[in-house]
Amino acid sequence: MSEIIAYIQRPNLYTFTMPVVAVLGAVFGFITGNIYGAPAIGLPIGALIGAALAAVLAQIISIKPWKKIWGAAAVFAAVGAIFGGFAGIVGGLVVGVSMSWFAIWIGSGKYRAGVPNYYTPAQVLWHNSFLFICALVFFFLIAPLVPVVWLSFNAEDFFTFTPEMLAFKAEGYSLKHYYDFLGSDEWMVPLKNSLIIAPIATIISVSLGTLAAIGLSQSHVPGRQAIMAILISPMIVPLIISATGMFFFYAPLGNWLQASLGLNQAFVGYIKVILAHAVLGIPFVIITVTATLVGFDRSLTRAAANMGADPVTTFFRVQMPLILPGVISGGLFAFITSFDEVVVVLFVGSARQQTLPWQMFTGLREQISPTILAAATILVTVSILLLTTVELLRRRSERLRGLSPG
Amino acid sequence: MKLITKFIKPMAAATAIASLSTMAMADGHMVSDMTIVSWGGAYQDSQIKAYAEPYMEMNDGVSITWDESSAEAVAKMRAMNEAGNVTWDLVDVTAASAIRLCDEGLAMEVDHDEMLAEAPDGTSASDDFGDLIVSDCFIPQIVYSTTVGYRTDLVPEGTPAPSDICDLFDLATYPGMRALEKRPLNNMEWALLCDGVAKEDVYDVLATPEGQEQALAKLDTIRDNVIWWSAGADTPQLLADGEVFMGSTYNGRLFSAIVEQDQPIGMLWDAQVFDLDGWVIPADLPEERLARVKDFVKFATDTQRLADQAKYISYGPARESSAPLVSKHAELGIDMAPHMPTDPNNAKNTFLYNYEFWADYRDDIDAKFQSWLAQ
Repeated sequence: MSEIIAYIQRPNLYTFTMPVVAVLGAVFGFITGNIYGAPAIGLPIGALIGAALAAVLAQIISIKPWKKIWGAAAVFAAVGAIFGGFAGIVGGLVVGVSMSWFAIWIGSGKYRAGVPNYYTPAQVLWHNSFLFICALVFFFLIAPLVPVVWLSFNAEDFFTFTPEMLAFKAEGYSLKHYYDFLGSDEWMVPLKNSLIIAPIATIISVSLGTLAAIGLSQSHVPGRQAIMAILISPMIVPLIISATGMFFFYAPLGNWLQASLGLNQAFVGYIKVILAHAVLGIPFVIITVTATLVGFDRSLTRAAANMGADPVTTFFRVQMPLILPGVISGGLFAFITSFDEVVVVLFVGSARQQTLPWQMFTGLREQISPTILAAATILVTVSILLLTTVELLRRRSERLRGLSPG
Repeated sequence: MKLITKFIKPMAAATAIASLSTMAMADGHMVSDMTIVSWGGAYQDSQIKAYAEPYMEMNDGVSITWDESSAEAVAKMRAMNEAGNVTWDLVDVTAASAIRLCDEGLAMEVDHDEMLAEAPDGTSASDDFGDLIVSDCFIPQIVYSTTVGYRTDLVPEGTPAPSDICDLFDLATYPGMRALEKRPLNNMEWALLCDGVAKEDVYDVLATPEGQEQALAKLDTIRDNVIWWSAGADTPQLLADGEVFMGSTYNGRLFSAIVEQDQPIGMLWDAQVFDLDGWVIPADLPEERLARVKDFVKFATDTQRLADQAKYISYGPARESSAPLVSKHAELGIDMAPHMPTDPNNAKNTFLYNYEFWADYRDDIDAKFQSWLAQ
């Protein structure tokens, strides 16, 4: 698109920049006014400040933009400090940075930088609103994690931002919840259980799900749609219903395993939970593998058969490598399903199969201890690392196979 | 083919590990592992320290798994019984749940004198526990109370700290939010008491539809200022956050917030409602498992063990003979007796959870209370 944008024009200061920035100022003024119980006064004052800021920043040309932003933010923070103490400084910084950045962004005409210059003002407005909405979506997805991570370093045993924490004093923070998590059987046993159950359940779902998807993609299989619907059903039926059903289905099975094969009760418990989780994971594998099979060229299997390869060899040497991305992402989904699952394990498992989500669930109900937040933070970190690794490996293999230029 | 072995190897290894780690087997006539169900949190910790750890020290090779499912014990025991797969060996429940489990035949009836240890002076177990044996299936453990805590720093200046249960309803003197349990129990009694009903008449009045209306009308006066809680951890959290000024919860939770966590919270003992918590044994346990459970229960409910539990949590031991043995807090070294709900100074004005009344009227009043909540 860059060749379409010929030049960026500065908009008129008085008819465009000042009114637009004044609107943002009015919004901030309204919010600030609300805190002090006078939104009707805050609104016009905010608008005036916004217009004035736009005018002042437009006059100063010799200074770099980022210096302008921090200069304005410092002034706002200083004013905030006079009225609202520490909270005022933070509020002032936020308002100052956002307003001066906005004023410069509008004033310099950069808001048109991403769009072709034949766009009408309405189209430009929509383009920028769209970006803003995207940013909001991202914010609402990520923001809830921030207090979780922050509170996990709390020095107290409650989900509370203490004054010491808000003032960023060292005594308000501690790693004790992390020691609690890493140092107690209460958390380490569930972690071990999760690490036993999730990988085995994943392996079962991936093997069965991949085979099912390949079978169902053959056009000559009778009743394909019906079989598919049944296999996908654990994803659609409310989990609590599946869980109740599984409880009554697996109980006699477990009793039989214990009574007639003489298996240990705890071992049977693991088998039950692993099978139940495998059932939950299979739909994800089927769906992702079916999707990759759509792009799979059937003539390749015929070619392999032509060369004398038997179906099993064809599967592992020809088909499997090509559908591997679908298998891996299906496997990831299956793993996460099992690793995050709490309802089915509460029903099917007994205390010896207590998984991490189970422990978090009971801990949250009975204790509300920030140890849960420490566990959550560790889990979030691990899943980010896991997904990043998978994505990097995927890019690497694409590059090696010459599928993408990077 | 290589891929197949790649899949199978880790699977086989994991299965082997899983089976090895759980294959510790029985010795003699008792199994060596037990699953005990309790409430989690500080309460379960106190049981682990006072009962389970000493027991495991005495009996080498015994392992105990804890399941924090007491909150849904009745429902789960029903389901397990129906499925014919009872995985629990010993269950910690409130007395009311024990009565229900006993009536439904899900808990085993016990002979308290035969199964439990005598007091050191030779008093029989049934005399030592006395009235607290409220059901044939119930083995009492502790007396706890539901009472009210408040934020000391939010008490209006110039007013004395709350000390009367009716301060809960006094929004003029003590403005701010309240936290009350989302069920009629305790709330209805307190409402009537603060609406001028004499303490001894409370249950007579509450048995009539007019009395129930009266209680709900009293609760109506503070309704807009109430956050309803359902888990024991809620009120301490709300108090610590300063989201409520006053709230009802269990006395042990308040003790932990005030003394152990050092929060700006105070508590009242006025009109505290006593309740009991104890063990039940699931019905029809296999003989070898039952033998282990009996052995454990005999140890865990003797006079010394019940007194020991009070070192870790401020709940009163259910045995009369344990009371004089209550000593100091295990870590803080403070005297625990003044923090017991049963201490004479705290027990000047108390209710005992009225099991008979609530067994008869629970469903009816529950329905009225919930529809009142939904209005």
